Amino acid sequence: MTAIAIDTLLAARTLWHAGRSAVRIADGEPTGYAALDNLLPQRGWPRRALTELLLPADGVGELALLMPTLARLTQAGGTVAVIAPPYLPYAPAWQRAGVDLAALEIIKAAPADALWAFEQCLRSGACVAVLGWPQQADASALRRLQVAADSGDCLGFALRDSKHAANPSAAALRMEYAGNPRGGAWHVRKCRGGPAPAQSFAVVA
Amino acid sequence: MQLWACIVLPQLALDAVLRRVPDANAPLALIAGSAQQRCLHMLNTAAQHAGLRVGMRLTAAHALLPDFAMVEYDPQAQAHWQNFLAAWAYRHSSLVSAQWPGCIVMEMRASFRLLGPWAEIEARLRAELDALGFSHRIALAPTPRAALVLAGVRDGWALLQVDALAEQLDRVPVRQACLPDNVGERLQRMGIRDLRTLRALPRDSLRRRFGLPLLVHLDHLYGQIDDPLSYYTPPDHFDSRIDLGCEVKNHTALLFPLRRLIVDLCTYLSIRDGGVQRFLLRLEHDEGHTDMDVGLLAAERESALLFELTRQRLERVKISRPVLAVRLIARELPPFVPAARDLFEGRAQQSLPWPQLRERLRARLGDDAVYRVSPADDPRPERAWRRVDGDELRIGAAPARPPRPLWLLAQPEPLRDREPRIISGPERLESGWWDGEDVRRDYYVLETTQGQRVWAFVAAGERSGWMVHGWFA
Repeated sequence: MTAIAIDTLLAARTLWHAGRSAVRIADGEPTGYAALDNLLPQRGWPRRALTELLLPADGVGELALLMPTLARLTQAGGTVAVIAPPYLPYAPAWQRAGVDLAALEIIKAAPADALWAFEQCLRSGACVAVLGWPQQADASALRRLQVAADSGDCLGFALRDSKHAANPSAAALRMEYAGNPRGGAWHVRKCRGGPAPAQSFAVVA
Repeated sequence: MQLWACIVLPQLALDAVLRRVPDANAPLALIAGSAQQRCLHMLNTAAQHAGLRVGMRLTAAHALLPDFAMVEYDPQAQAHWQNFLAAWAYRHSSLVSAQWPGCIVMEMRASFRLLGPWAEIEARLRAELDALGFSHRIALAPTPRAALVLAGVRDGWALLQVDALAEQLDRVPVRQACLPDNVGERLQRMGIRDLRTLRALPRDSLRRRFGLPLLVHLDHLYGQIDDPLSYYTPPDHFDSRIDLGCEVKNHTALLFPLRRLIVDLCTYLSIRDGGVQRFLLRLEHDEGHTDMDVGLLAAERESALLFELTRQRLERVKISRPVLAVRLIARELPPFVPAARDLFEGRAQQSLPWPQLRERLRARLGDDAVYRVSPADDPRPERAWRRVDGDELRIGAAPARPPRPLWLLAQPEPLRDREPRIISGPERLESGWWDGEDVRRDYYVLETTQGQRVWAFVAAGERSGWMVHGWFA
């Protein structure tokens, strides 16, 4: 077994000092919300990685959270793939949110094929961001997606039910939406490169 | 001034057969004639050495040589191979004609700058024809007909000067001048031995005696009037077939011939500088055939990509009967526009371009699996968007309307929440009386007790029976 210098591990951010804030390298993809960027260790969505969004139900604001990112990426000409969405992406509203629809590709797939399509899109390098709804995915499937996002240099967003929050996940960032009568907020459950921040973040419409 | 090369193929039909027999040195004869009068039409060298002669009866030939290979002479095959050689010649010249049987004529002067002097071109032509297995005679002359005549007189004759043409042609015996209607033989018997003597005769009496075609032929030969040829144009579709030689029942055995067909197709496409958007793979059975249509959204010509997605589609085809041959037909060959790429593109080298990924997804998920969405003008939510298939780049802007949800439900559902809070509304949508899908609804933005924002409607004027039509996600 070869010894690895602790500096290397620290530099790769696979290891960090508890209680001491590591040197923050702001190389994340900006989320479009300054408050959220400040919470995340990379100051944005982790690049080349899978981000898991845990939702109590569909339609709680998961798209509003992603919209500034998708709008910026598509306007820059990058292809964004949406794999087997649970509802119809309503073109007038997406356009109004700033998304360039010419760069938005919708992929219709049966649940059995959706995971395959998700991985293909992540791995190909043809897309800058991929949205998927892998409901049946287990830990090893999520690890595959994470590896695919890494090799394809792609932002992967897996939108899943909150019941998966207790299960382990290979995603670099996990965020959970918790609703309450006064309005819901996003809680960071796990983030690579630092301890999960205690504060939550709410999208103000 | 043009210079024409003529390649005479003295035994085209025989060479075409010899190409596909295992031992070309064994005696072989092409047979022609009616069932009662079978006779030898063409012979290879070994058969000639054995004493067989062209025109001999089949029974006589069998008496001389009991064992020789016999192949039916097929005039259509000869035309096919002449066309094949015209396609080959098209690589050396842009003006190629296969108008005259048994020879190929092509203009060479225009190719000198590209391919070098005639001696080099001639050597190359001969080497390629030898490799293809066709015996040939080549000559070069300022008119196509003169090249044909010179090739018949002496193989390798190259006449580059226009001035020398008449002088050289004058010495050609009339029997070798390819005169129409066998006039050469008649002239020879009349004592007119070469073209000089023939041309010295008065034209009027020649016309009266032998007809106009002779004079026209002479004028074409000497270049006094223009010789219109019908030029070869490469076919605008691809059609190739591989005989498997045995009955094939599984997919794996089809992959090798499939790859060969696809590589041939891509070679053909790159010569044409075209791409393929739709092609047909036909699996031929003993009786009938199974067709498999492969359609792409954009023209492609990358053999690896085409092979991969054809294979994926082929694997889903059920082979119920044995396959005897595979045929690939591509009729639509649109121009190929390579994807414009950023010189300083930061993305990874091994990344797959989007069109290829799209075809891979469509091959597995179905032809209609990948699409884009675009707003439409209709105010009814179901029709305010439409699918966009293919590479349409312009997507129009939606008309300005009150806020719309990001998620639309394909079918409106009843709202489960009993006491939703109304945030905004109503917005009345009333439209569609002309197409039978009349809609009269009041749309509201609601908030459920769980905090979800809903786009829901009720019948105009009502306040209950909420139907959810979208989520403000």
